[in-house]
Amino acid sequence: MGRYIIKRLLQGIPLLFFISIILFVLMMNMGDPVATMGGRRVTRASDYERLRRQLGLDKPIYTQYLYWLIGNDWTKTDVDGDGVAETPGTRRGVLRGDFGVSLVSRKPVLQVIGERLPNTLILMLASEFVIIVGSLLVGVYSALRQYSALDHIITALSFIGYSMPIFFIALLSMYIFGVLFKRWGLPYLPTVGMFDPQAGKTTAQVLWHMVLPVLSISIISFAAYSRYIRSTMLEVLGQDYIRTARAKGLPRREVVYVHALKNASLPIVTVVGLDLPLLLGGAVVTERIFAWPGMGRLFLDHVSRSDLPVVMGILMMIATAVVVFQILTDIVYAWLDPRIRYEK
Amino acid sequence: MTMLLQTIDLKTRFHIPEGTVYAVNGVSFHISEGETLAVVGESGCGKSVTMMSILRLLPAPPAEIVSGQALWGNRDLLRLSENEMEQIRGREIAMVFQDPMTSLNPVLTIGRQLTESLRVHLGMGPAEAAQRAVELLEQVGIPDAAHRLGDYPHQYSGGMRQRVMIAMALCCHPSLLIADEPTTALDVTIQAQIVELIKKLRDQLHMAIIWISHDLGVVAGLANRVMVMYAGFVVEEALVDDLYEDPRHPYTLALLAALPRVDRRRDRRLKSIPGAPPNLLVEPRGCPFAPRCEFAMERCRFEIPPLQPVQGTHAVACWVDVTTGGPR
Ligand SMILES: Nc1ncnc2c1ncn2[C@@H]1O[C@H](COP(=O)(O)OP(=O)(O)OP(=O)(O)O)[C@@H](O)[C@H]1O
Ligand SMILES: [Mg+2]
Repeated sequence: MGRYIIKRLLQGIPLLFFISIILFVLMMNMGDPVATMGGRRVTRASDYERLRRQLGLDKPIYTQYLYWLIGNDWTKTDVDGDGVAETPGTRRGVLRGDFGVSLVSRKPVLQVIGERLPNTLILMLASEFVIIVGSLLVGVYSALRQYSALDHIITALSFIGYSMPIFFIALLSMYIFGVLFKRWGLPYLPTVGMFDPQAGKTTAQVLWHMVLPVLSISIISFAAYSRYIRSTMLEVLGQDYIRTARAKGLPRREVVYVHALKNASLPIVTVVGLDLPLLLGGAVVTERIFAWPGMGRLFLDHVSRSDLPVVMGILMMIATAVVVFQILTDIVYAWLDPRIRYEK
Repeated sequence: MTMLLQTIDLKTRFHIPEGTVYAVNGVSFHISEGETLAVVGESGCGKSVTMMSILRLLPAPPAEIVSGQALWGNRDLLRLSENEMEQIRGREIAMVFQDPMTSLNPVLTIGRQLTESLRVHLGMGPAEAAQRAVELLEQVGIPDAAHRLGDYPHQYSGGMRQRVMIAMALCCHPSLLIADEPTTALDVTIQAQIVELIKKLRDQLHMAIIWISHDLGVVAGLANRVMVMYAGFVVEEALVDDLYEDPRHPYTLALLAALPRVDRRRDRRLKSIPGAPPNLLVEPRGCPFAPRCEFAMERCRFEIPPLQPVQGTHAVACWVDVTTGGPR
């Protein structure tokens, strides 16, 4: 198993290289960062040229990629345009942990991401927790009570939940729990930001502000997951070994929660493993609607200004997480399923 | 001999999108302590469904037990609560299933699956249960049992898995073992070993066995009595020798004719039964075998023949007397 993990990690490295090249080429073509730099228009042609040289944008794309990857502190660049390369580079490259400097805020990319990542993580982890726990409860329940009245109601609600666009859920929940509740004199939920500036950034404030964003992020996945868990459970409950377990006279809860759930968790783990790393990217739409200062909004803001270093930083972080989580998923899977464990 | 289980007029149906499957249509039989009853009939005739109805192992929906009684002592199994059934399953009545490859849980160790009943029914602790599990595995002939408790089902061969299933079924010394074609999925030599094993254990533990099979050959050496089923009906019931020597139902005749026998002349070809088994989606009226029966009369198509004694314990459900070819 240990060797297998190392092998998988080593396989992940060329994969990430490959991804980074493709992303770099795509992002290079997404717009001109100088044209929108800092929100000010760079009007004078000479300034424009100077900035391009400073940022290394005048170089061919493979040189830019190389600088992004291994830095340019080993070479000199021609900043003033006199044809002589005299200014030593300062970038150390991604491989040495330097993702560059944001073209918008002039702060190091890692710092920019570092400021936002925790905000996204608390939001997304809370949502994932709600999704997994909630859909397990609902999915298992409706599998055990297949075709009961409540199962039909859950089915109908899941389809409604699943087919609603996220912005609609967000706006609707804002309207009901923010606007209407306030109008009716009920305790209402905040709809903007992470905390009330007057109250300060306390845990209670953040939790309170999280309620609506978590709700709107969770509903769609919750509906999808609980459907999936229901059908997986139903399939497992129809297997011969479940009948064997019942024929032994095991109590029902042991049949369901040990014999069935352990088998049903295999496909569920796969799906969760695919979804988890994407949480790092944040929820673009929800964060924007609720003005939540997370990764999704960060990405939107910087992509619209062609801030290549930040955008590449975010994308590479997600790509790495996907690769790592794939390996983690395989490990958990092998831990749950002996048939796989013994092959490796 | 005291009566162990008596089933009266059991009817089980499945409600599926295509309609209603009339799987078991008024089955009555009984089994006494220590007796071995064989249930034979071609595939799909309702042998498994009958037994699983009695143990209430069928998923409902789609299954529905429409009527009947299954008397176990003075209790009717069909009317017990799920909790009371859990006490009986595995402890008083155990079952071994058709396919050992799919009947064990792939993600739990053999040891865990073997010790569960001991824990639940006999209240054993982990150490004692593990000890007992090793003994059980040795008893059913698994070599090096102590080291194989931690194995998973995929590390066992088909024959070994069926031995594990048998060990699991016998661990609480049930008074009745229902063996649902425990050998069909196995190759011939292993089949013979499993039959021998069950015979040996039956004599040691003095338990009653319901042995389901569609192979009349295996049954001859094992059972006291035989019950022949067709399309969810019991069509004939007799002591083993009576059934082989003096079959009274046209279907039994056909089954026996289809059986290869050493004492029969080589050149005589095996007879297969012409026609197909009836469609269970139509409510039966008349004898289910009538369309394939060479003796069929007008009456057979409209009236279901009841199971009636012909001689001692020999009973048959047929309007025709096959010895004469005329009506009974
Ligand atoms: N879950 C189910 N849903 C619908 N029909 C079913 C179901 N289970 C069994 N049946 C039907 O009930 C009938 C009897 O099946 P059963 O399994 O008892 O046959 P069997 O005599 O045990 O056959 P075999 O020798 O192949 O095991 C069959 O026609 C089968 O199609
Ligand atoms: Mg069967």
